[in-house]
Amino acid sequence: MSGLSDHWAGLSPVAQQFWIAVLKVAVIFNVLLGLFSFMTYAERRLLAFMQFRLGPNRTGPFGVLQPIADGIKLFFKEEVIPEGANRWVFVAAPAVAVVAAFLSIAVVPYGGPGLFQIADLEVGILYLFAISSLGVYAIVMAGWAANNKFTMLGGLRSAAQMFSYELALGLSWVGLIMLAGSFRIQDIVTAQKGGLGLLNWFCVVQFPAFIVYLIAATAEVNRTPFDLPEAETELVAGFHTEYSSMRFALLQMAEYVNMITVAAVGTSLFLGGWLSPLPLLPDSPLWFFVKFGLLLFFFIWLRGTLPRFRYDQLMHFGWKVLVPVATLWILVTAGLVTAGVPGFRR
Amino acid sequence: MPSAAPSASYLTSHSAILAFLLVVVGFVAVNLVLWKIIRPSRFSEEKLTTYECGENPTGSAWIQFNIRFYVFALLFIIFDVEAVFLLPWAVVFREIGPLAFLEGLVFIAILAIALAYVWRKGDLEWVRTEDRQV
Repeated sequence: MSGLSDHWAGLSPVAQQFWIAVLKVAVIFNVLLGLFSFMTYAERRLLAFMQFRLGPNRTGPFGVLQPIADGIKLFFKEEVIPEGANRWVFVAAPAVAVVAAFLSIAVVPYGGPGLFQIADLEVGILYLFAISSLGVYAIVMAGWAANNKFTMLGGLRSAAQMFSYELALGLSWVGLIMLAGSFRIQDIVTAQKGGLGLLNWFCVVQFPAFIVYLIAATAEVNRTPFDLPEAETELVAGFHTEYSSMRFALLQMAEYVNMITVAAVGTSLFLGGWLSPLPLLPDSPLWFFVKFGLLLFFFIWLRGTLPRFRYDQLMHFGWKVLVPVATLWILVTAGLVTAGVPGFRR
Repeated sequence: MPSAAPSASYLTSHSAILAFLLVVVGFVAVNLVLWKIIRPSRFSEEKLTTYECGENPTGSAWIQFNIRFYVFALLFIIFDVEAVFLLPWAVVFREIGPLAFLEGLVFIAILAIALAYVWRKGDLEWVRTEDRQV
């Protein structure tokens, strides 16, 4: 081992940084893949418990090998591209979905500066804003390309829903950017540090924005009660009705990774990221994963609890409630900061 | 604290994202190629029809759709530009002080009037009352 460490010390700083970056990317990517497969299992299992069913429990102990079995099965399924479909767009959509989904998580910090983040961008928030809005292209492409009425409706609905709620999502961040004075997510996390532990977090200081974020984020990732783009009971599966085998798996992966992303972003921006909830306990990446797990559970819990919105209700809620509330809250925050109210002064 | 000068790690962090992008694209490509190698292919005309609850599909799905989608898309563009302007405003808010608050107030007020106008015109309704009467 000393040979390796000598070799490491002999490398130039640029080469060291390069290898650290490669290692980080490799580790985080694999963790995400593992998390995705685990989430497919956990979601089915938890939903089953909430509905007094058993869920997948035959593959391995408690069914934990179910994601692997699913993966293998999907690899051995044939490729079906519908006759009237636009082949290029149909083929490209799942790939676009996966790439867009994975990329946005690159700026989320799991721990303090340094190792626990792929990229500590100065413009982290802007990056998130930009990349997360790419996901809608994939869904519209998937919905349009198949030349199926159900997917077309799913794609259209999804486009309108995603941009309506994206607006509220973006507006819900403005208040906390004001308090942190930075676009860098690492700065936003440390801005939530203070003597009061979890009372300093932005989910308390920016409570209305936090609620707007949670609702808008659920809608952004098309989860119940905002799963109108998929709506099994009316659109069979919405934009991915015509997808099967590996392409279906990729679309599914994009959905779960998107959910993971909004949970991770919510943890960093509103729940203090890797900060500890009590003033006496040390900060640690472990805290990040605890809060992150709770948010993921929250999304599954919602799905087990709430029915679906009707389309007009969805649009009304986004435009007449979320957008005005978020805008008003920006003004309130601005006023409180200007007046120098404690907690808004930092 | 906002740092005025671009950090030295600018390129490093962006290249890390590039590396991540390459890994993801590589992953998708490997999966699709592997799948292409091992998947079966049993061609049948029936399989290529789109799903329409078991009926034979009638016509193309690429048809005219509800004009309301356009109206909301236009609204989105207006208000998304608002959000984009508010983000940098929020970052420097503390440095500028009360003046920033006044300017933000005016800016948001103009947009609030716009939203109120659209609301009053009934364009935030998914099914407009005028349309219903027709």
